[in-house]
Amino acid sequence: MIGLTHYLAVSAALFVLGVFGIFLNRRNIIIILMSLELILLAVNINLVAFSAFLHQVHGQIFAMFVLTVAAGEAAIGLAILVIYFRGRGTVAVDQADLMKG
Amino acid sequence: MAAFAFYLFAGLLLTSGLMVITTRNPVHSVLWLILAFFNAAGLFILLGAEFLAMLLVIVYVGAVAVLFLFVVMMLDIDFKALQRGALKNLPLGLAVSGVILAEILLVAMGWQPGQGVIVHEALAGPPDGMTNTQWIGSQLYTRYFFVFSMSGLLLLASMIGAIVLTHRRRVGNRRQDIGAQVARTPAGTLGVGKAGLGQGVEL
Repeated sequence: MIGLTHYLAVSAALFVLGVFGIFLNRRNIIIILMSLELILLAVNINLVAFSAFLHQVHGQIFAMFVLTVAAGEAAIGLAILVIYFRGRGTVAVDQADLMKG
Repeated sequence: MAAFAFYLFAGLLLTSGLMVITTRNPVHSVLWLILAFFNAAGLFILLGAEFLAMLLVIVYVGAVAVLFLFVVMMLDIDFKALQRGALKNLPLGLAVSGVILAEILLVAMGWQPGQGVIVHEALAGPPDGMTNTQWIGSQLYTRYFFVFSMSGLLLLASMIGAIVLTHRRRVGNRRQDIGAQVARTPAGTLGVGKAGLGQGVEL
């Protein structure tokens, strides 16, 4: 019988994978953005699992809002990435603080 | 059967999540990310959230992942140089993610549902014979209407932000200037001149 705990375990593992990905690819902002998507996906799984096992719909609605924020964040993040690349010719972000802007 | 499907989707989700962060080629990373989203959609279907599952496929796979793919393929990025020294961060990353995992486990072990909150053992469909989509809509457009409007505004703001950030005005191309077109008068444009014999016309 698959219960709430199983889904929460999957979600926690995915969240930790996302955090680990940010550390592992600290220079490559594209992978960092993908890790952020993984983290938000883990949060969504958490919300939907609670929504399903509490027999309430509110978790699913909040998962929709998280989805909206994730889409907007990806668009803005990639736009910043594109102008950063235009200016410097690389996407290595470990020296982004040189901009001092 | 449901247990088999759960373990299949969960295993594939975690495997593809691991591949997203470890694979060398970012294009492969995006493709693994797409697989991860599909498996998460499968989990959502198992939980009875069909609308969100379809939304995940449409929004994430159809829009966000394709956006990533566009950016990875359009920019000429030297990924070899980016990977240099990546293993240097491995111990720190392992330490921090291990601490976070331990904290999550600690909290989850001691978690109890609050007063009057019942965590059911079995899943149940939406009430009154509604579909999942109707159920979401019945709350989203009534109780959460203002939050819903705000999320629309948020999308508008991020759209404008992305356009403002990436748009650049090119110099040297001949754009249409509507003001100048409308302000033209015959007096400044047309003239009648005399063409003398053998002298040509001066313009």
